Amino acid sequence: MVTDMLQNLKQSIIVSLWFVFLTFPLMVVRVNTMNQVVIWRWMNMLWVAIGAFVLSYLWRYMLARQQTGKQVDDEGGEIRSKTQLLLEDMSFRYKAMGFILLAALVFPLVFDTYQSTIMISALIYVVLGLGLNITVGLAGLLDLGYVAFFGVGAYSYALLNHHFDLGFWITLPIGGILGCLFGVVLGFPILRLRGDYLAIVTLGFGMIFKVVMENWDGLSFGPSGIANIDKPGFFGMDLNLANSTIYIYYIMIAMVIFTILVTTRLRNSRIGRAWIAMREDEIACVAMGIDIARTKLSAYALGAFWAGMVGVLFASKTTFINPASFTFMESAIILSIVVLGGMGSILGVILGAFLLILLPEYMRAFSEYRMLAFGAAMVLMMIFRPQGIISNLRQTYEYKGSKEKTNNG
Amino acid sequence: MAENKHKLLEVKGLTMDFGGLRAVDSVTLEVYEGDIAALIGPNGAGKTTFFNCITGIYNPSKGDILLHPKGLKTRRLNGLKPNKVTEMGLARTFQNIRLFPDMTVLENVMIGRHCRTKAGIFKAIVKGKGVREEERQIVETSYQLLEKVGLADYANEFSKNLPYGAQRRLEIARAMATDPFLLLLDEPAAGMNPQETSDLEQLICKISAEDQIAILLIEHDMKLVMNISDPIYVMEYGKKIAEGSPVEIKDNPKVIEAYLGEETE
Repeated sequence: MVTDMLQNLKQSIIVSLWFVFLTFPLMVVRVNTMNQVVIWRWMNMLWVAIGAFVLSYLWRYMLARQQTGKQVDDEGGEIRSKTQLLLEDMSFRYKAMGFILLAALVFPLVFDTYQSTIMISALIYVVLGLGLNITVGLAGLLDLGYVAFFGVGAYSYALLNHHFDLGFWITLPIGGILGCLFGVVLGFPILRLRGDYLAIVTLGFGMIFKVVMENWDGLSFGPSGIANIDKPGFFGMDLNLANSTIYIYYIMIAMVIFTILVTTRLRNSRIGRAWIAMREDEIACVAMGIDIARTKLSAYALGAFWAGMVGVLFASKTTFINPASFTFMESAIILSIVVLGGMGSILGVILGAFLLILLPEYMRAFSEYRMLAFGAAMVLMMIFRPQGIISNLRQTYEYKGSKEKTNNG
Repeated sequence: MAENKHKLLEVKGLTMDFGGLRAVDSVTLEVYEGDIAALIGPNGAGKTTFFNCITGIYNPSKGDILLHPKGLKTRRLNGLKPNKVTEMGLARTFQNIRLFPDMTVLENVMIGRHCRTKAGIFKAIVKGKGVREEERQIVETSYQLLEKVGLADYANEFSKNLPYGAQRRLEIARAMATDPFLLLLDEPAAGMNPQETSDLEQLICKISAEDQIAILLIEHDMKLVMNISDPIYVMEYGKKIAEGSPVEIKDNPKVIEAYLGEETE
């Protein structure tokens, strides 16, 4: 251990000196051309040295710690972190859920409209993340064009509202079902594809959606989009901006709860187990009597359902949509939410969505650095915790005579 | 072979070509009720390809695979998808273990129950009484199977953390969860130590006797094969070169030649 530490220290000092050397002309020397003098900023050199040393040492320390952690795992020893144990404790879980629900309910009453709006968009991504989690996290089918289903939902509300004056509540299930249908349409041609090929086809599907919406003026009004979409009606009353934001916020909370409930139940059902088995080993899965085609299609359709439904809400919230809202970047963010949160873990995906949407929002103060910090955070995350924030809890069943208790992660 | 025994599986002239390579060449084989049949042969003889043809992973180029379930009409398996074959009552294990590593031991077995249960998407979401009862039965049956193969203590471990021999036994339990009447085991004793092999031997006999499941196994461990199986089929270069009881096979010059090479004068 001590030799390791000395080794780390030595390496870090070398790194630090190397950085000092590299940054010397930039950070230390400054030529004042007006007075023809050279200013030596020695303090900068010191900061670079200290900074590089600390970062390098931390980096090595974390890597070493991760390595030892892995070794213990390989020996078959059951290593379970405190958070994991806490999460498996049912009474704690109920208390935490109650508290979070209460906090969520009073949130718009305590904070202003701006905060509620940010929270709504975070909640939209929670639902999107949970939907994609079915396809990517549970069924293991990489989908890079997920935002297309979101767009299908948004456009179905915008168009139905524009042409037929259909209201929000009627269109909400229609958007979901249309999303589902597009999921099946995408599912059929890619039944035989796996891995990289699958990713490319889904990527193409996402692109096609955007290009069609941009160019099919007759249907979608092209890049100029559709404006003046109705906000959700509240028993025929007209709400002012603040109140309608609060109203949408509560709809969104209800939708998130609904999504969590349904996805949890699906995951712990026969269908969900088939998805996970398909992710783990397709050949073994089919040899165990599971119809792969049907399982894949159901994973795509149910994943797309949520995107379609929340798309309707997105259109009604912004009251204006155009193809620019449905770019590949959106798909990438939703996918990052799932991967960062922890594939297959519902709690992880929810946390991931809040982190990924709220952090950039609240880091606006560092505006030009925020994407940089965001990228760096992702890289670090993948190195030190590749399984995501919350790795998937295993589901345990107890069997005693005829009594059985399930413990859902 | 007693004539009054019910014939379960009948393979007639099965041929499988991969391009110009004939991996299986008109092999004929029969498995009767209560049999523990074995398929042996040197490496690359086409045994696993033969299994893959029967279980629907490959579509054979020629020949017939007929399944005669008791009390039901005969079904031809050629070209059926693997999941349909399993539904028909023919389950298998794999030569290189193919468990679902990130699922628990119990969940692995529960997957086997999939084709015997039917809760759909909507029922799973509503989770009514019927579905809960079905889930309870899935768990119960799976537990009992784990007890049978001696893995009940590991039920909630991830299957990737099991020792090798236990993984093999889990594969058998998972296959049995599909309610088969014929079980195909692809090298169940590969990589096992003598103790594990003898446990496996007992397990196979138990399955055959208690559950009335006929067994067809591929195996290289001659001791195991000679102890428990009858009849034995021998393959070499895709062709069946011999069949018969262990005693007949042991003394068959063709089999000795296939395993030890031709005698030189």
